[in-house]
Amino acid sequence: MGKEEEILRLLEGDARLSTEEIAKVVGLSEGEVAELIKELEESGVIRKYKTVVNWEKLGREKVAALIDVKITPEREHGYDAIAERIMRFPEVKNLYLVSGMYDLSVLVEGSSMKEVAAFVAEKLAPLPQVTSTTTHFILKKYKEDGDMLYDGEELRRLAVSP
Amino acid sequence: MMRHKLARRVSEVPPSGIRKFFDLVANVEGVISLGVGEPDFITPWHIREACIYSLERGYTMYTSNYGLPELREEIAIATKREYGVEYSPEDEVLVTVGVSEAFDLAIRALVDPGDEVLIPEPTYVAYKPCTIFAGGKPVSVPTSAEEEFKLLPEELEARVTPRSKVLVLNYPNNPTGATMNKRELEAIADVVVEHDLVVISDEIYDRLTYEGKHVPFASLNGMRERCVYLNGFSKSYAMTGWRIGYALGEAEVIEAMMKIHQYAMLCAPIMSQKAALEALRRGSSAVEEMRREYDRRRRFVVRRLREAGLECFEPKGAFYVFPSIASTGMGSEEFAEKLLREQRVAVVPGSAFGEGGEGHVRMAYASSLADLSEAMARIENFLSR
Repeated sequence: MGKEEEILRLLEGDARLSTEEIAKVVGLSEGEVAELIKELEESGVIRKYKTVVNWEKLGREKVAALIDVKITPEREHGYDAIAERIMRFPEVKNLYLVSGMYDLSVLVEGSSMKEVAAFVAEKLAPLPQVTSTTTHFILKKYKEDGDMLYDGEELRRLAVSP
Repeated sequence: MMRHKLARRVSEVPPSGIRKFFDLVANVEGVISLGVGEPDFITPWHIREACIYSLERGYTMYTSNYGLPELREEIAIATKREYGVEYSPEDEVLVTVGVSEAFDLAIRALVDPGDEVLIPEPTYVAYKPCTIFAGGKPVSVPTSAEEEFKLLPEELEARVTPRSKVLVLNYPNNPTGATMNKRELEAIADVVVEHDLVVISDEIYDRLTYEGKHVPFASLNGMRERCVYLNGFSKSYAMTGWRIGYALGEAEVIEAMMKIHQYAMLCAPIMSQKAALEALRRGSSAVEEMRREYDRRRRFVVRRLREAGLECFEPKGAFYVFPSIASTGMGSEEFAEKLLREQRVAVVPGSAFGEGGEGHVRMAYASSLADLSEAMARIENFLSR
């Protein structure tokens, strides 16, 4: 594995590792690591640094819905033009073109069910290329982006063992 | 009352240095422990899930004394595939309750009272006591940091007597992290042949090497018939609590070991055998992922310790570093106790691994990088005071 890939894998697991820690792991100087990370940031390989939050633990309920959207594709643009229009709404967290019974899968987030419903009714469904929508409100999140959002599993090790 | 009735063989063996330290650590709060001898990964889910499924299907009974036939078959296939050494699943593979049981069986099957067992030191804590319990006489063969804790043929040769029967090898090594390459092992094999020794080779850390591929002792020319080859699932697959391992060897020695195993243990737990089967069939990518993670931590810890002023040989296997603490002027127990009390970092004093371990401490890097980083900062504080 190259040094770049090694650094990216480390940061992907824990974005708060210091350049000093990373330098020790990959065997470069701190300056070299800082330089490499800067290059990766500037070239857009590193898009940004985020935190995985379990908002439910704070009691801040966010409402999310997965919406199946059927689309009439446009001549010359296919699905791209309408997808680019939909993804600009800040309420849209994820957007995928999928195969099967419908065309776009949209994850929408809002602070209340009313807000999400209003977004669908007032912004998404009225778009001329949209022929139908089916809204699935998310009832419980178990796993997100590879991280399990529950505390059922923990390391139970003796402090000293042979 | 019972104190006077205890067998001398047992009461004469001192309590484990690790046990003693465990009790000390239990009384201190907020400790970062580098004193562990096991992975910080929970067993991969597909392995746990396979065990749950087997319970649902009703696999709750005894198995053959040798172990489930399909598991023995898979062990033989994996050993041939990885290292080109062939064993017959019929009568040359014995599934055991961890390598710990396999080692005890091997010693008991081979050692008569008074026979000498050559054990490179620093050594894993179980080899000497098991030898004594079997009536044998452990003979330490020193290894040193200058020689990267490799066993040297001349050191071995110098301790061979007419009563020498068994040589114990454990590479990659606990506690030092040392490995031995083919050429170095061949030099040992020459001594083994010359003095007609047999070898018990505990290769539990075989999948955790960081430079060069592991070489099983039994793969060397002429060594298969002189070697009891032990391995297991605890370290590679993060399965310590499952207690599952195996022994490979010629049918005569495996049968002798099975004879003890069938009366003392009957068989390894079937649920662990089922889990081990899944590990062998589909676990190799998880092993590689964990190995890479250990390697990152290894490089981090070695560099930090050296910067902190501790002489530290770079280990090429297992998940331990074994730095020298001679520069501090403290003994290993004093160092470990003070470090625990003053900075709340637990390490194991080298003396727990035999006299040859004195002047060193064992630190496991089987912890998250964040924890290791904090532990190293505390050790730096400790050393700069």
